[in-house]
Order: sequence, then C-alpha cells, then structure tokens
Amino acid sequence: MAFSKEEIAQRIAKEIKDGYYVNLGIGIPTLVANYIPKGINIVLQSENGLLGMGPFPFEGEEDADLINAGKQTITTLPGSSIFDSAMSFGMIRAQKVDLTILGAMEVSENGDIANWKIPGKMVKGMGGAMDLVASAKNIIVAMQHINKAGESKLLPNCTLPLTGVKCIRKVVTELAVLDILTEGGFKLLERAPGVSVDFIKQSTLGRLVVEGEIPEMQLN
Amino acid sequence: MINKVVSGAEEAIHDISDGVTIMLGGFGLCGIPENCINALVAKKTKNLTCISNNAGVDDFGIGLMLKQRQVKKMISSYVGENAEFERQLLSGELEVDLIPQGTLATRCLAAGYGMPAIFTPAGVGTEVAEGKEIRNFDGKDYLMEYAFDADFALVKAWKGDTAGNLIFRSTSRNFNPVMAMAGKTTIAEVEELVEAGELDPDHIHTPGIYVHRIFQGKDYEKRIEQRTVRKK
Repeated sequence: MAFSKEEIAQRIAKEIKDGYYVNLGIGIPTLVANYIPKGINIVLQSENGLLGMGPFPFEGEEDADLINAGKQTITTLPGSSIFDSAMSFGMIRAQKVDLTILGAMEVSENGDIANWKIPGKMVKGMGGAMDLVASAKNIIVAMQHINKAGESKLLPNCTLPLTGVKCIRKVVTELAVLDILTEGGFKLLERAPGVSVDFIKQSTLGRLVVEGEIPEMQLN
Repeated sequence: MINKVVSGAEEAIHDISDGVTIMLGGFGLCGIPENCINALVAKKTKNLTCISNNAGVDDFGIGLMLKQRQVKKMISSYVGENAEFERQLLSGELEVDLIPQGTLATRCLAAGYGMPAIFTPAGVGTEVAEGKEIRNFDGKDYLMEYAFDADFALVKAWKGDTAGNLIFRSTSRNFNPVMAMAGKTTIAEVEELVEAGELDPDHIHTPGIYVHRIFQGKDYEKRIEQRTVRKK
C-alpha cells in the first residue's frame, strides 16, 4: 500500500531532532508539524518573518497581522520572535535553519529540483523556494513518486524549469525513502509497506540504486 | 525640523506620476499600504513599475491597480492568488519579473544600506541566473544582483511619530522596514500617529531618517487571505 500524504509527513517527522530550527514548505511539509514525536522540541521558521510558529488561532482570535508564509492565520508561542524579510532570508542564507522540508514537481538523480513553474500553464513564482534550496544544508523533499498519469517524477534530468541544482539529498514519497548520492542516483533506503522493490524500480525513471534487503518504512 | 506629516494618502502620493517605479510593503495582504493603494487607484496613475512580494488578490490590494491596467511591470516573488494578473501575464499585457523572495528583500536592504549589489546563491543554475554575473567564493557560485532603484516606497506601520520613526506589529512587518529604507521618497501610513517623543527610541524599527512623509491612515480593512482556525 502506497503511503498517504499524512503518512509521508509522519515518516519525515522521524528525521527531526530535538532543538532543530525547521522551515516547512506548503503542502505535505506543513503536515509534518502534526507528527513531531513526543519529547522533541523544535522551532518552526516562517519566512515571512517569524521564528516559533504556533498552531492556528482559536475561532474568533484570528489576527490579520499574524500569518505564516502560506498566508494562513497562526499564533506565536513562548519564545517566538518577529523580524523583517531581509533578516528572515539572512538566517536562511547563513544556514542557521537546520532543516528545510519542501515539495517538488520533479527531482533529478543528481539532486536538482523543479517546483515553481510549468511554462505556459502555471506562473505563480518561486517565493522563497530558490533561496531555501540554494542555502539550506539539510533539505528533505516530500513529493509524489508518480504523477496522476502514472509517470515518474524522479528523473535522470528535470524537464521543468529548475528551482535549484545539486541541492537535494533526501526524498520521501508515497512509495519510498531515498537518498540522492553525491555521484548521482537514487539510493533506495526504505519502501512503503507492501510495495515491492520492482514496483519502485518501474516507478523511478532516474537511476535507482538497490543494495541488499530494503526494509519497510516504519512510522513509529 | 522638516514637517513630514501630511494630511492623508491623497496628499502623500500627489507627485507619484505615470511611469515611475514604486515599492509596496506587505506579504500577501498582510501589512500592505491600503490607503496609498486606494489613492493610486483613485488617481489612476499609469505605467507603474511595482516592486512588491505579491500582487494582491483580484479585488484588494495591488489587484485593484492591475484591474485598471495601471501596472506596466511587476517585480515579485509569488503572484499565485490573482486570476487577472495571470490573464494579463499570459496574454503579454503585463511585464513580470519573478525573483526569489530573499533576493527581493536583500536588494531592498542593499539600497537602504548604500550598497550597489549583493551576491546570493539563490537562482544559480536556473533561468533566474540568465545574463547575470556569477562569482565564486570558497567554491560556491553566487549571482550578482543589483540594489533596487525605486522612486517611491509605500509602507504600512502600526505606530509612527511626527519625526517619521516607525514601529511595526507582528508579521505585518515583513518587507516594510527594508522597503522604507530603499525608496528615494518613502511614504509611511500608520494606524496610529503620535508626537515625536511618545515612542521609546529603543523600540523603533525604522528610524525617521528613512521616512519622508507620514500620515495616519483610516478605514483599515486588513483582509485575511486564509482564515485558518482550530476549535476550542
């Protein structure tokens, strides 16, 4: 059984260590906040200028001046701090943020990522994604392994306009957990329960490296 | 002392003429200079180049200026929530320069700090890098990006004083302080305008030297783009 989006988020949450400053992108990455293991305390960075992002406000307590980078109303927490956009990207560029989790439309076997533009169709812009992937020391991509047409999104080379080059080292999909090797190639680390290595091979257009037995992903 | 206080948005923007470049603070609809935007909509100033992280929504913020075709060019990082914007872009009526958000903020900062350019890794190896100078520092490539050159900056603050000092509230700070520093003429609209001396100097986010005109805005709508709540 392929993983749901919630299960992808739950698996990624296991990668988070106590004390991390973490930037979560929009989509599956946002869900990761719901699965932070007990005893692990992290600080969420929202690139519009907040460290220490709290949960959504209670009904009636929304504050138009307090939003996250997805423009959702949120809250602060004890220890939160507010700053301007230049400082926000300053701390990202200076690698003060320990972990960045973001979505992707395509990832290549050498770690390139495309997630901001479909020429002629979608022209929303890159937001902070190019800054994040160019500077973050530790990036996990949460994405679908195959698109709705059944085509692989893990490719030898990205076909869409790039967001960043040679910057992605780990990918978690509905089918598998993979590392991207510095010499190129997706190294299969774990598979979703009941998903065969053969199916992952068929679903990965980029070079897949399989060594030994591949364990099933554990969520807890 | 020079009088920086003006009566309202109409007076503040009186010399923003067709074809100039303006910066507008805000992230999404949070912390946007609502009064100045409405005054520009009423004045129907045309052929503007707008530097702003986002382009508003169809019926609020910069979206109102787009609807009247007042904008010749947008320089933004994310413009996803505006159907009219997308239509004008795809039909070629609107010039758009999409740039990384950190690059946008830091190009403002550079202008306010008197530095002609910055080096950033954002966009290296992508179409953003096309035609730009690349420098290698310690084995890593960086793009040279120029400081912005904007005729006017329109910013929104929470509190301000008659000396032009500004204090922002919560995440409505966003691009406002760096844009305030970057405009050749900076216009600040504030929710509460007080006499010089009433704000604690230690609490000032933007020193008044960067602010040329200031007024107390009115009728703030402060529209929420994504109202997300949890149950009690």
